[in-house]
Amino acid sequence: MSSAVAPRGWTKFGLHLNGWLVYLFFYAPIILLVVFSFSASRNVGTWGGWTFEWYGEFADSQNARNALSASLKIAIVSTAVSVVLGTMAALSLERFTFRGKQVFDGLLYLPIIIPDVTMAVMMLLFFAEFFDVLDFLFGIETRKGFNSIVASHIAFSISFVSVVVRARLAGMDTKLEEAALDLYATRWKAFRYVTFPQIMPGIAGGALLAMTLSLDDVVITQFVAGPGWTTLPVYVFGLIRRGVTPLINAISVVMLVGSMTLVVLSIVVERARGGSRSE
Amino acid sequence: MTVAEAPVDREVDALEATPEFEAAAERQESRRGFLMALPAYAYLVLFFAVPLVIVVVYSFATRNRFGGTDLSGWNLDSYAKLGEPIVRDILFRSVWLALITTVICLVIAYPFAYFLATRSPAIRNVMLVFVMIPFWTNFLVRNYAWRVILGNDGPLTRTTEAIGLGEQELLFSQTAVVLGLVYGFLPFMILPLYAAIERIDHGLLEASRDLYANGYQSFRRVLLPLSMPGVIAGSILVFVPSLGAYVTPEILGGAKTTLLGSYIVTQFLTARNWPLGASLSFVLMAIMLVTTIIYFRKGGRTL
Repeated sequence: MSSAVAPRGWTKFGLHLNGWLVYLFFYAPIILLVVFSFSASRNVGTWGGWTFEWYGEFADSQNARNALSASLKIAIVSTAVSVVLGTMAALSLERFTFRGKQVFDGLLYLPIIIPDVTMAVMMLLFFAEFFDVLDFLFGIETRKGFNSIVASHIAFSISFVSVVVRARLAGMDTKLEEAALDLYATRWKAFRYVTFPQIMPGIAGGALLAMTLSLDDVVITQFVAGPGWTTLPVYVFGLIRRGVTPLINAISVVMLVGSMTLVVLSIVVERARGGSRSE
Repeated sequence: MTVAEAPVDREVDALEATPEFEAAAERQESRRGFLMALPAYAYLVLFFAVPLVIVVVYSFATRNRFGGTDLSGWNLDSYAKLGEPIVRDILFRSVWLALITTVICLVIAYPFAYFLATRSPAIRNVMLVFVMIPFWTNFLVRNYAWRVILGNDGPLTRTTEAIGLGEQELLFSQTAVVLGLVYGFLPFMILPLYAAIERIDHGLLEASRDLYANGYQSFRRVLLPLSMPGVIAGSILVFVPSLGAYVTPEILGGAKTTLLGSYIVTQFLTARNWPLGASLSFVLMAIMLVTTIIYFRKGGRTL
């Protein structure tokens, strides 16, 4: 940037100060939480010397471990399905024109912008009715649990995956695909050997995003969860409402590390092969 | 839709491209695209569009004496309830707090995004990554961190006591809720603002200065109008989730700070007034749709 219009004096100072304060604001609470999770004091916000006791308590807690495993199972299944559906949706929107495309495009945007609470209500009412219909038509008796949670997570993840993959597709040169087709590659081969390798970072980024969203969700999951299927965030949320304990600090830090790992991985994956930046 | 038999063989490619052939090929492409979209399309219709319709249907239903819902006998009772003082207060409070949150985010994020956009590319990328990390980090945990900080005998109280400000009771107040919302949604404001400011041709700012605009004028007349799509996108991305916030007020707010999100959840999980909950969710969704449509009409393209 040229120095002619570069802010000087107080403006420049203010911009720098604001910049550092924003980062302080973002990271100070996270760092404090991590520090306090190692504090021996029973009071969550007080320092009482180093300890690993609360992490031990987490490892010993059957409920917490069940919640963790439920979260992981749900995240893996919902990510796998939404990656396939989301990628196909992205391909159809970026590479084809078809009837109802605009409606589909709009429908795909909605889950991204709809407030959590509304989506939660939608899924709750839907499953209340849907299970009745299933029972009535096919005599299948289902209850809320793994299936309803996974189905809801897929419903919002598809959109996020498709946005990420579309960004990748849009930034890609279609000439390569055309060249492959000109050279008598079948549609499938052109996709398999030309398109797919190029959009792979987008797909991986979308997958990590879907996984993050699934692992983070509280509100929607809480509405569609059934007995035996309490995810980690829902479990923690329940604990917090009953009162804060050092155990929550420890679980929170584990969740924090987990989700930060996924974010950093997705950033690395997105940038690994250069190409288009999707944001 | 009638679909003509399309010549699909590869050999046909070599033939002359007649209009009929092109039309057939186009139809085939269209069918392929549709089939490609179909799984996600069907899934979203069943698990998103249908639920949406069900919410609307429920919002016109009646709550019976047993806390169940009678779908027969449509009425506007639950919408009429929106005008009752309790519900109205909650609506106003939610809108008010969401507005405050949006304005605070805007005031903090605008200079930050400008700062970010004017760094050298290498530094900018690193700085962006450090904005992205909290953006996707567990929301519940980030709110919980503030609970620990604001809690009695927590780090904040100690600091204020140490510097002689006395004990500050922030937790379970509206201030704490706004703080949590700003903390949670600030990246939603920074990212679109950054994207908008980064695109602006810097020559325009220089030109305005050459034409004797002072710093403020060049901001007011050049930078701000050009970055308006970012301002609107960021404001929507902060306002809408703040309005429907549930986790933050539950963790940081108190009994006197019930917001729309928590009130809706209460209707379903404890009060068992599903029609009222459904109508409130619908209102929330309508606000979201209207703001988004306004945004797209105003020429915004990306959210």
